[in-house]
Amino acid sequence: MDTPSYFPVPPGVGMEDNFLSLDDILLSQERLPVRTECVFPRLGFLEKSSDSQDIQEGTKMELPLWLCKGLYEKKRKVLSVELPKIYKEGWRTVFTADPNVVDLHKMGPYYYGLGSQMLHFDGPENPDIAKTLLQTFIGRFRRTMDSSQNAYNEDTSVLVGRLDFLEKVLFKSGQSGLNGFQGWEKGQAAQLTASSLVLNYRKRKIVDVQS
Amino acid sequence: MFCEKAIELIRELHRVSDGQLPAFNEDGLRQVLQEMEALYEQNQADVSEAKAAGRADLIPSIKLRHCCLLRNQRCVVAYLYDRLLRIRALRWEYGSVLPANVRFHMSAEEVQWFGLYKKSLASFMRSIGGQEGLDVTQDMKPPKSLYIQVRCLKDHGEFEIDDGTVILLKKNSQHFLPRWKCEQLIRQGVLEHVMS
Repeated sequence: MDTPSYFPVPPGVGMEDNFLSLDDILLSQERLPVRTECVFPRLGFLEKSSDSQDIQEGTKMELPLWLCKGLYEKKRKVLSVELPKIYKEGWRTVFTADPNVVDLHKMGPYYYGLGSQMLHFDGPENPDIAKTLLQTFIGRFRRTMDSSQNAYNEDTSVLVGRLDFLEKVLFKSGQSGLNGFQGWEKGQAAQLTASSLVLNYRKRKIVDVQS
Repeated sequence: MFCEKAIELIRELHRVSDGQLPAFNEDGLRQVLQEMEALYEQNQADVSEAKAAGRADLIPSIKLRHCCLLRNQRCVVAYLYDRLLRIRALRWEYGSVLPANVRFHMSAEEVQWFGLYKKSLASFMRSIGGQEGLDVTQDMKPPKSLYIQVRCLKDHGEFEIDDGTVILLKKNSQHFLPRWKCEQLIRQGVLEHVMS
Protein backbone atom coordinates (compact mmCIF):
# COMPACT_ATOMS: atom_id res chain seq x y z
CA MET A 1 0.00 0.00 0.00
CA ASP A 2 1.59 3.25 -1.05
CA THR A 3 1.55 5.56 1.96
CA PRO A 4 0.27 8.93 0.81
CA SER A 5 2.04 12.19 1.64
CA TYR A 6 -0.57 14.56 0.26
CA PHE A 7 -3.42 15.06 2.71
CA PRO A 8 -5.99 17.52 1.34
CA VAL A 9 -8.41 19.20 3.72
CA PRO A 10 -11.42 16.83 3.95
CA PRO A 11 -14.99 18.03 3.35
CA GLY A 12 -17.16 18.84 6.35
CA VAL A 13 -19.58 16.27 7.75
CA GLY A 14 -23.33 16.82 7.50
CA MET A 15 -24.30 20.48 7.89
CA GLU A 16 -20.71 21.60 8.48
CA ASP A 17 -18.52 23.20 5.89
CA ASN A 18 -14.70 23.27 6.03
CA PHE A 19 -13.32 26.64 4.96
CA LEU A 20 -10.21 25.27 3.24
CA SER A 21 -11.70 22.12 1.74
CA LEU A 22 -11.69 22.13 -2.08
CA ASP A 23 -14.56 19.62 -2.08
CA ASP A 24 -16.72 21.86 0.09
CA ILE A 25 -15.97 24.88 -2.09
CA LEU A 26 -17.07 22.99 -5.19
CA LEU A 27 -20.16 21.68 -3.39
CA SER A 28 -21.22 25.19 -2.40
CA GLN A 29 -20.97 26.24 -6.06
CA GLU A 30 -24.12 24.23 -6.87
CA ARG A 31 -27.01 26.45 -7.98
CA LEU A 32 -30.35 26.70 -6.22
CA PRO A 33 -33.64 28.21 -7.42
CA VAL A 34 -34.46 31.27 -5.30
CA ARG A 35 -37.00 34.05 -5.15
CA THR A 36 -35.84 37.51 -4.08
CA GLU A 37 -37.94 39.11 -1.35
CA CYS A 38 -36.45 42.59 -1.68
CA VAL A 39 -34.89 44.85 -4.29
CA PHE A 40 -31.17 44.63 -5.09
CA PRO A 41 -30.29 48.02 -6.57
CA ARG A 42 -27.58 48.31 -9.24
CA LEU A 43 -27.16 44.55 -9.62
CA GLY A 44 -29.53 44.07 -12.53
CA PHE A 45 -26.69 42.80 -14.71
CA LEU A 46 -26.58 39.55 -12.73
CA GLU A 47 -29.98 38.55 -14.01
CA LYS A 48 -29.96 37.88 -17.71
CA SER A 49 -33.68 37.87 -18.48
CA SER A 50 -34.45 41.48 -17.59
CA ASP A 51 -32.74 44.71 -18.65
CA SER A 52 -33.41 46.80 -15.58
CA GLN A 53 -30.67 48.31 -13.50
CA ASP A 54 -31.92 46.66 -10.30
CA ILE A 55 -33.05 43.16 -9.42
CA GLN A 56 -36.74 43.56 -8.64
CA GLU A 57 -38.52 42.05 -5.70
CA GLY A 58 -40.06 38.69 -6.48
CA THR A 59 -37.58 37.77 -9.23
CA LYS A 60 -36.99 34.08 -9.69
CA MET A 61 -33.37 33.27 -10.39
CA GLU A 62 -30.66 30.72 -9.72
CA LEU A 63 -27.95 31.55 -7.25
CA PRO A 64 -25.04 29.44 -6.02
CA LEU A 65 -25.34 27.89 -2.55
CA TRP A 66 -22.63 30.07 -1.01
CA LEU A 67 -24.50 33.23 -1.95
CA CYS A 68 -27.80 31.87 -0.69
CA LYS A 69 -26.24 30.96 2.65
CA GLY A 70 -24.58 34.36 2.92
CA LEU A 71 -27.70 36.37 2.11
CA TYR A 72 -30.29 34.24 3.90
CA GLU A 73 -31.79 35.69 7.06
CA LYS A 74 -34.33 34.04 9.37
CA LYS A 75 -36.71 36.98 9.14
CA ARG A 76 -37.03 36.14 5.43
CA LYS A 77 -36.96 39.60 3.97
CA VAL A 78 -34.04 38.95 1.61
CA LEU A 79 -34.36 35.58 -0.13
CA SER A 80 -36.53 32.55 -0.09
CA VAL A 81 -34.84 29.38 -1.25
CA GLU A 82 -36.85 26.78 -3.10
CA LEU A 83 -36.02 23.11 -2.73
CA PRO A 84 -34.50 21.48 -5.81
CA LYS A 85 -36.93 18.85 -7.08
CA ILE A 86 -34.94 15.85 -5.90
CA TYR A 87 -35.53 16.87 -2.29
CA LYS A 88 -39.24 17.42 -2.76
CA GLU A 89 -42.12 15.15 -1.80
CA GLY A 90 -42.33 13.34 -5.16
CA TRP A 91 -38.72 12.22 -5.32
CA ARG A 92 -38.62 11.52 -1.61
CA THR A 93 -41.20 8.77 -2.04
CA VAL A 94 -39.10 7.26 -4.84
CA PHE A 95 -36.08 7.20 -2.54
CA THR A 96 -37.98 5.60 0.31
CA ALA A 97 -39.45 2.97 -2.02
CA ASP A 98 -36.11 1.69 -3.34
CA PRO A 99 -32.92 3.66 -2.75
CA ASN A 100 -30.72 1.33 -4.81
CA VAL A 101 -32.43 1.98 -8.12
CA VAL A 102 -31.66 5.68 -8.35
CA ASP A 103 -28.73 7.10 -10.30
CA LEU A 104 -27.41 9.56 -7.74
CA HIS A 105 -24.64 10.78 -10.00
CA LYS A 106 -27.20 12.07 -12.49
CA MET A 107 -29.34 13.66 -9.76
CA GLY A 108 -26.58 16.19 -9.18
CA PRO A 109 -23.34 14.59 -8.00
CA TYR A 110 -23.64 16.05 -4.50
CA TYR A 111 -26.95 14.58 -3.37
CA TYR A 112 -26.09 14.08 0.32
CA GLY A 113 -23.89 17.16 0.57
CA LEU A 114 -26.38 19.56 -0.99
CA GLY A 115 -29.27 17.99 0.92
CA SER A 116 -27.46 18.53 4.22
CA GLN A 117 -26.71 22.15 3.30
CA MET A 118 -30.37 22.76 2.41
CA LEU A 119 -31.19 22.18 6.08
CA HIS A 120 -29.63 25.60 6.81
CA PHE A 121 -32.59 27.33 5.21
CA ASP A 122 -35.24 26.55 7.86
CA GLY A 123 -37.71 25.04 5.42
CA PRO A 124 -40.87 23.40 6.77
CA GLU A 125 -39.95 20.03 5.25
CA ASN A 126 -36.50 19.84 6.88
CA PRO A 127 -37.18 16.89 9.23
CA ASP A 128 -38.51 14.86 6.29
CA ILE A 129 -35.56 15.75 4.08
CA ALA A 130 -33.12 14.82 6.83
CA LYS A 131 -34.86 11.50 7.38
CA THR A 132 -34.91 10.68 3.65
CA LEU A 133 -31.21 11.50 3.27
CA LEU A 134 -30.34 9.21 6.12
CA GLN A 135 -32.59 6.35 4.98
CA THR A 136 -31.28 6.56 1.40
CA PHE A 137 -27.71 6.42 2.63
CA ILE A 138 -28.42 3.44 4.86
CA GLY A 139 -30.23 1.66 2.03
CA ARG A 140 -27.39 2.11 -0.46
CA PHE A 141 -24.45 1.69 1.82
CA ARG A 142 -24.50 -2.09 1.94
CA ARG A 143 -24.21 -2.44 -1.82
CA THR A 144 -21.43 0.16 -2.07
CA MET A 145 -19.45 -1.55 0.67
CA ASP A 146 -19.89 -5.01 -0.80
CA SER A 147 -18.87 -3.97 -4.28
CA SER A 148 -15.82 -2.04 -3.07
CA GLN A 149 -14.59 -5.02 -1.04
CA ASN A 150 -15.04 -7.55 -3.82
CA ALA A 151 -13.98 -5.81 -7.01
CA TYR A 152 -10.29 -6.65 -7.20
CA ASN A 153 -8.27 -5.70 -10.27
CA GLU A 154 -11.28 -5.07 -12.48
CA ASP A 155 -12.96 -2.20 -14.25
CA THR A 156 -15.21 -0.54 -11.68
CA SER A 157 -16.78 2.12 -13.88
CA VAL A 158 -20.16 0.36 -13.94
CA LEU A 159 -20.24 0.08 -10.15
CA VAL A 160 -19.13 3.65 -9.55
CA GLY A 161 -21.20 5.32 -12.26
CA ARG A 162 -24.40 5.67 -10.26
CA LEU A 163 -22.84 6.77 -7.00
CA ASP A 164 -22.98 10.18 -5.44
CA PHE A 165 -19.75 11.98 -4.49
CA LEU A 166 -19.76 10.83 -0.86
CA GLU A 167 -20.34 7.21 -1.88
CA LYS A 168 -17.51 7.46 -4.42
CA VAL A 169 -15.12 8.53 -1.66
CA LEU A 170 -16.21 5.58 0.47
CA PHE A 171 -15.83 3.22 -2.48
CA LYS A 172 -12.31 4.46 -3.19
CA SER A 173 -11.29 4.05 0.42
CA GLY A 174 -12.73 0.52 0.44
CA GLN A 175 -10.76 -0.32 -2.70
CA SER A 176 -7.53 1.02 -1.29
CA GLY A 177 -8.01 -1.10 1.83
CA LEU A 178 -8.72 -4.17 -0.30
CA ASN A 179 -5.64 -3.59 -2.47
CA GLY A 180 -3.49 -3.07 0.58
CA PHE A 181 -4.69 -6.30 2.14
CA GLN A 182 -4.18 -8.30 -1.04
CA GLY A 183 -0.71 -6.83 -1.38
CA TRP A 184 0.10 -7.85 2.17
CA GLU A 185 -1.15 -11.38 1.57
CA LYS A 186 1.14 -11.70 -1.45
CA GLY A 187 4.09 -10.56 0.58
CA GLN A 188 4.43 -7.26 -1.23
CA ALA A 189 4.09 -5.24 1.95
CA ALA A 190 7.82 -5.30 2.61
CA GLN A 191 8.75 -4.44 -0.95
CA LEU A 192 9.97 -0.90 -1.36
CA THR A 193 8.21 0.77 -4.26
CA ALA A 194 8.70 3.92 -6.25
CA SER A 195 6.49 6.70 -5.04
CA SER A 196 3.32 6.97 -7.12
CA LEU A 197 3.70 10.76 -7.13
CA VAL A 198 7.14 10.49 -8.73
CA LEU A 199 5.87 8.08 -11.38
CA ASN A 200 2.98 10.38 -12.22
CA TYR A 201 5.28 13.35 -12.62
CA ARG A 202 7.43 11.32 -14.96
CA LYS A 203 4.44 10.26 -17.03
CA ARG A 204 3.36 13.84 -17.30
CA LYS A 205 6.83 15.00 -18.30
CA ILE A 206 6.88 12.52 -21.18
CA VAL A 207 3.47 13.71 -22.33
CA ASP A 208 4.58 17.36 -22.14
CA VAL A 209 7.70 16.69 -24.17
CA GLN A 210 5.69 14.90 -26.84
CA SER A 211 3.04 17.58 -27.20
CA MET B 1 -22.04 36.01 -11.73
CA PHE B 2 -19.12 37.07 -9.62
CA CYS B 3 -16.32 34.78 -8.43
CA GLU B 4 -16.17 32.71 -11.61
CA LYS B 5 -12.39 33.10 -11.93
CA ALA B 6 -11.88 32.09 -8.32
CA ILE B 7 -13.82 28.85 -8.72
CA GLU B 8 -11.83 28.11 -11.86
CA LEU B 9 -8.64 28.16 -9.76
CA ILE B 10 -10.19 25.66 -7.38
CA ARG B 11 -11.36 23.43 -10.24
CA GLU B 12 -7.83 23.47 -11.66
CA LEU B 13 -6.46 22.00 -8.45
CA HIS B 14 -9.35 19.60 -7.96
CA ARG B 15 -8.81 18.13 -11.43
CA VAL B 16 -5.34 16.96 -10.37
CA SER B 17 -6.57 14.92 -7.44
CA ASP B 18 -3.52 12.68 -6.98
CA GLY B 19 -1.46 15.39 -5.33
CA GLN B 20 0.62 16.65 -8.25
CA LEU B 21 1.41 20.32 -8.45
CA PRO B 22 0.10 22.16 -11.53
CA ALA B 23 1.73 25.41 -12.70
CA PHE B 24 1.15 28.46 -10.53
CA ASN B 25 -1.73 30.40 -12.05
CA GLU B 26 -0.44 33.91 -11.46
CA ASP B 27 -2.76 35.41 -14.06
CA GLY B 28 -5.85 33.83 -12.53
CA LEU B 29 -4.87 35.01 -9.08
CA ARG B 30 -4.35 38.55 -10.32
CA GLN B 31 -7.79 38.57 -11.95
CA VAL B 32 -9.45 37.45 -8.73
CA LEU B 33 -7.67 40.18 -6.76
CA GLN B 34 -8.75 42.76 -9.34
CA GLU B 35 -12.37 41.63 -9.04
CA MET B 36 -12.10 41.94 -5.26
CA GLU B 37 -10.78 45.48 -5.59
CA ALA B 38 -13.63 46.46 -7.93
CA LEU B 39 -16.26 44.96 -5.60
CA TYR B 40 -14.71 46.70 -2.60
CA GLU B 41 -14.72 50.08 -4.30
CA GLN B 42 -18.33 49.73 -5.39
CA ASN B 43 -19.24 48.85 -1.83
CA GLN B 44 -17.34 51.81 -0.41
CA ALA B 45 -19.22 54.14 -2.74
CA ASP B 46 -22.59 52.57 -1.88
CA VAL B 47 -21.94 52.66 1.87
CA SER B 48 -21.10 56.36 1.85
CA GLU B 49 -24.19 57.02 -0.26
CA ALA B 50 -26.35 54.96 2.08
CA LYS B 51 -25.04 56.91 5.07
CA ALA B 52 -25.18 60.36 3.47
CA ALA B 53 -28.44 60.12 1.54
CA GLY B 54 -30.11 57.69 3.97
CA ARG B 55 -30.64 55.03 1.28
CA ALA B 56 -31.10 51.92 3.33
CA ASP B 57 -32.36 50.02 0.28
CA LEU B 58 -28.76 49.76 -0.97
CA ILE B 59 -27.91 47.47 1.92
CA PRO B 60 -28.92 44.16 0.27
CA SER B 61 -26.60 44.91 -2.67
CA ILE B 62 -23.79 45.83 -0.30
CA LYS B 63 -24.35 42.56 1.49
CA LEU B 64 -24.25 40.62 -1.77
CA ARG B 65 -20.97 42.19 -2.84
CA HIS B 66 -19.58 41.50 0.61
CA CYS B 67 -20.52 37.82 0.24
CA CYS B 68 -18.68 37.78 -3.09
CA LEU B 69 -15.60 39.32 -1.48
CA LEU B 70 -15.64 36.67 1.24
CA ARG B 71 -16.08 33.94 -1.36
CA ASN B 72 -13.14 35.19 -3.42
CA GLN B 73 -11.04 35.34 -0.29
CA ARG B 74 -11.99 31.79 0.64
CA CYS B 75 -11.12 30.46 -2.82
CA VAL B 76 -7.76 32.23 -2.93
CA VAL B 77 -6.75 31.08 0.55
CA ALA B 78 -7.85 27.49 -0.14
CA TYR B 79 -5.96 27.52 -3.47
CA LEU B 80 -2.71 28.71 -1.89
CA TYR B 81 -3.07 26.37 1.10
CA ASP B 82 -3.74 23.29 -1.02
CA ARG B 83 -0.66 24.07 -3.12
CA LEU B 84 1.44 24.24 0.03
CA LEU B 85 0.11 20.82 1.07
CA ARG B 86 1.20 19.43 -2.29
CA ILE B 87 4.62 21.05 -2.01
CA ARG B 88 5.01 19.59 1.46
CA ALA B 89 4.23 16.13 0.02
CA LEU B 90 7.08 16.70 -2.46
CA ARG B 91 9.62 16.88 0.35
CA TRP B 92 8.54 13.45 1.57
CA GLU B 93 8.36 11.84 -1.87
CA TYR B 94 11.25 13.40 -3.74
CA GLY B 95 13.69 14.33 -1.00
CA SER B 96 15.40 17.66 -0.56
CA VAL B 97 16.30 18.32 -4.15
CA LEU B 98 13.39 18.89 -6.49
CA PRO B 99 13.68 18.20 -10.22
CA ALA B 100 13.67 21.28 -12.42
CA ASN B 101 10.31 20.65 -14.05
CA VAL B 102 8.57 20.60 -10.67
CA ARG B 103 10.34 23.69 -9.39
CA PHE B 104 9.23 25.45 -12.56
CA HIS B 105 5.61 25.12 -11.43
CA MET B 106 6.22 26.88 -8.11
CA SER B 107 6.09 30.61 -7.50
CA ALA B 108 9.04 32.37 -5.85
CA GLU B 109 7.27 32.48 -2.48
CA GLU B 110 6.50 28.76 -2.68
CA VAL B 111 10.15 27.96 -3.37
CA GLN B 112 11.05 30.01 -0.32
CA TRP B 113 8.44 28.17 1.75
CA PHE B 114 9.85 24.85 0.61
CA GLY B 115 13.31 25.90 1.76
CA LEU B 116 11.98 26.89 5.19
CA TYR B 117 10.02 23.65 5.51
CA LYS B 118 13.11 21.61 4.64
CA LYS B 119 15.06 23.47 7.29
CA SER B 120 12.34 22.96 9.85
CA LEU B 121 12.12 19.23 9.11
CA ALA B 122 15.90 18.87 9.21
CA SER B 123 16.24 20.57 12.61
CA PHE B 124 13.41 18.39 13.93
CA MET B 125 15.12 15.24 12.69
CA ARG B 126 18.40 16.36 14.28
CA SER B 127 16.74 16.95 17.62
CA ILE B 128 15.38 13.44 18.08
CA GLY B 129 17.13 10.05 18.24
CA GLY B 130 20.19 11.01 20.29
CA GLN B 131 23.54 12.24 18.92
CA GLU B 132 23.11 11.82 15.18
CA GLY B 133 19.43 12.52 14.86
CA LEU B 134 16.89 10.27 13.15
CA ASP B 135 15.90 10.37 9.50
CA VAL B 136 12.14 9.94 9.61
CA THR B 137 11.81 9.95 5.85
CA GLN B 138 13.46 6.51 5.79
CA ASP B 139 11.88 3.14 6.48
CA MET B 140 8.41 4.00 5.26
CA LYS B 141 7.69 0.29 5.24
CA PRO B 142 8.85 -2.03 8.06
CA PRO B 143 12.31 -3.32 7.09
CA LYS B 144 12.85 -7.07 6.91
CA SER B 145 16.60 -7.15 6.27
CA LEU B 146 19.66 -4.90 6.32
CA TYR B 147 20.69 -5.54 2.73
CA ILE B 148 18.38 -5.77 -0.27
CA GLN B 149 18.65 -6.89 -3.86
CA VAL B 150 18.02 -4.07 -6.32
CA ARG B 151 17.92 -3.75 -10.07
CA CYS B 152 18.80 -0.53 -11.81
CA LEU B 153 16.04 0.88 -14.01
CA LYS B 154 18.08 3.58 -15.68
CA ASP B 155 21.64 4.85 -15.79
CA HIS B 156 22.47 6.84 -12.71
CA GLY B 157 26.27 6.92 -12.82
CA GLU B 158 28.48 6.10 -9.88
CA PHE B 159 27.25 5.43 -6.40
CA GLU B 160 29.42 5.25 -3.29
CA ILE B 161 28.44 3.18 -0.27
CA ASP B 162 29.64 3.53 3.32
CA ASP B 163 32.71 1.30 3.16
CA GLY B 164 34.11 3.26 0.20
CA THR B 165 33.22 0.91 -2.65
CA VAL B 166 31.95 2.63 -5.72
CA ILE B 167 29.17 0.92 -7.67
CA LEU B 168 28.33 1.80 -11.25
CA LEU B 169 24.56 1.98 -11.70
CA LYS B 170 23.91 0.96 -15.25
CA LYS B 171 20.50 0.04 -16.64
CA ASN B 172 19.46 -3.54 -15.77
CA SER B 173 22.44 -4.23 -13.49
CA GLN B 174 21.63 -5.96 -10.20
CA HIS B 175 23.27 -5.21 -6.89
CA PHE B 176 23.12 -6.28 -3.25
CA LEU B 177 23.14 -3.03 -1.32
CA PRO B 178 22.38 -1.71 2.18
CA ARG B 179 18.75 -0.80 2.53
CA TRP B 180 19.21 2.68 3.94
CA LYS B 181 21.33 3.79 0.99
CA CYS B 182 18.86 2.63 -1.63
CA GLU B 183 15.56 3.72 -0.15
CA GLN B 184 15.73 7.22 -1.58
CA LEU B 185 16.67 5.99 -5.06
CA ILE B 186 13.92 3.35 -5.05
CA ARG B 187 11.37 6.02 -4.15
CA GLN B 188 12.55 8.11 -7.05
CA GLY B 189 12.18 5.20 -9.44
CA VAL B 190 15.90 4.84 -10.26
CA LEU B 191 16.25 1.43 -8.65
CA GLU B 192 13.77 -1.41 -8.30
CA HIS B 193 13.54 -3.61 -5.23
CA VAL B 194 13.76 -7.25 -6.31
CA MET B 195 12.08 -9.75 -4.00
CA SER B 196 13.48 -13.23 -4.27
